[in-house]
Amino acid sequence: MEPKIQLRGVTKGFGPKKVLTGVDLDIARGESVVIIGGSGTGKSVLLKCILGLLRPDAGSIKIDGQEVTGLSTSERDQVNRQVGMLFQGGALFDSLPVWENVAFGLLSRKQCGRDEAREIAVKKMALVGLKPHLADAWPADLSIGMQKRVGLARAIATNPEIIFFDEPTTGLDPIMADMINELIVHVNQEVGATALSISHDMESARKIGDRVAMLYQGKIVWAGDPDSAEAAANPVVDQFIHGRVDGPIKMQVRA
Amino acid sequence: MNLLQAIGRVFLAFLGAAGRLIMFAMTAVTHCFLPPYYPRIMIRQMIEIGYFSLPVVGLTAIFAGMVLALQSYTGFARFSAEGAIANVVVLSVTRELAPVLGGLMIAGRVGASMAAEIGTMRVTEQIDALTTLSTNAIKYLVVPRIIAGVIMLPILIFVADIIGVFGGFLVAVYKLGFNPSIYLQNTWDFLEPLDIISGLVKASVFGFLVALMGCYHGYYSKGGAQGVGAATTNSVVSASILILCFNYILTEAFFGL
Repeated sequence: MEPKIQLRGVTKGFGPKKVLTGVDLDIARGESVVIIGGSGTGKSVLLKCILGLLRPDAGSIKIDGQEVTGLSTSERDQVNRQVGMLFQGGALFDSLPVWENVAFGLLSRKQCGRDEAREIAVKKMALVGLKPHLADAWPADLSIGMQKRVGLARAIATNPEIIFFDEPTTGLDPIMADMINELIVHVNQEVGATALSISHDMESARKIGDRVAMLYQGKIVWAGDPDSAEAAANPVVDQFIHGRVDGPIKMQVRA
Repeated sequence: MNLLQAIGRVFLAFLGAAGRLIMFAMTAVTHCFLPPYYPRIMIRQMIEIGYFSLPVVGLTAIFAGMVLALQSYTGFARFSAEGAIANVVVLSVTRELAPVLGGLMIAGRVGASMAAEIGTMRVTEQIDALTTLSTNAIKYLVVPRIIAGVIMLPILIFVADIIGVFGGFLVAVYKLGFNPSIYLQNTWDFLEPLDIISGLVKASVFGFLVALMGCYHGYYSKGGAQGVGAATTNSVVSASILILCFNYILTEAFFGL
């Protein structure tokens, strides 16, 4: 079967610095893949390339078999209609109340009127455990955990076929992180979407991922079942999941 | 050799920035003529620029008009040309002072807040979020602000014209002892439609420049709070300089030989 997302030889550099040096990855329909890797290994850059926020230097990115690198803005908008994204910091629009944030995609794509959009927003909020009375609250008045939930509700509001999660649990306490993980698993089952997450949290990766891929030195060096990561004969993966200082991954400490 | 290198580097950086600004301006202007529009946001920006700037611009205009009457009196009284004060006040206010001072105040008030708001949206990934939600950030953020600036600034400056002339009138009548009706008659007699129209055209151009610089510097800001701060400063400084520069160009176009 044709993969939902297919990456072949994706490279991206900023000036002399090569961040991605040839990423190959297939993500099947309905699968949840988590890309893990240390800070600054280009996980976010990879995600932004797939989302079309950055243009890769070379390589091919296909969604549903359609090449999406080099699309025009309007063609890209068409592709993005089936995409939802949960940003690391939430990236909620602070000039809009919570419900308008959640319903933003519906309103901007003119899929329904404002009253109907609000109803859908409240339903999606319920799905992530937000009470209806929060619909008129302002994002700035919510806690970080609540903002993540609103961001999640916004990501799923248009029933996307693909959802991206950028560090969903970073900056949350362990209990809140686990709740967000459960929500992501729940939401994926509910919406039946293909999910691609990036994370450096192994715990989270185990929970939300059907498959884990390790990004190291701009390439996917290992991919497989999260439980088999423990037994992976790859020294990079081994070092990462056990969080050891010694090993092939050398933290670049800038002088 | 190093000096030449440094000069070259600065020059190339300047050309790069100028090119990027012109591309940004062209994209923004093109999108002004292409739907979809966001009327809610446009109205909010119009209220922000037009209504909430009224006190600042009004105060600027009234004091400018007042000081103008006072200064021209001290000069003109020396050769008994007090009758020309009304003329000087109304022409200076409508042609130059209201649009330029008003534009500078708006650059500080509105341009800075645009740069800070859009800059914060940039560094908190809200602009990326717009893209993933199939919304064109230029259309959603930049176009409403530019249209609001182009439409609202002339209206604001028209009000400032009236307030400025009134300021001159107050000083002339209550401090310098002019006859109110003769002063108003003098004001009216010397005023030509072009005096007001040229000021309002300037205001519209200044509105465009302020909104453009605010949006441009905000849109390309990076690196957190410091980056947003730099964007804010740059937007005010560049908008102010462009206002003064375009003021000369437009004056030359309207009244030059």
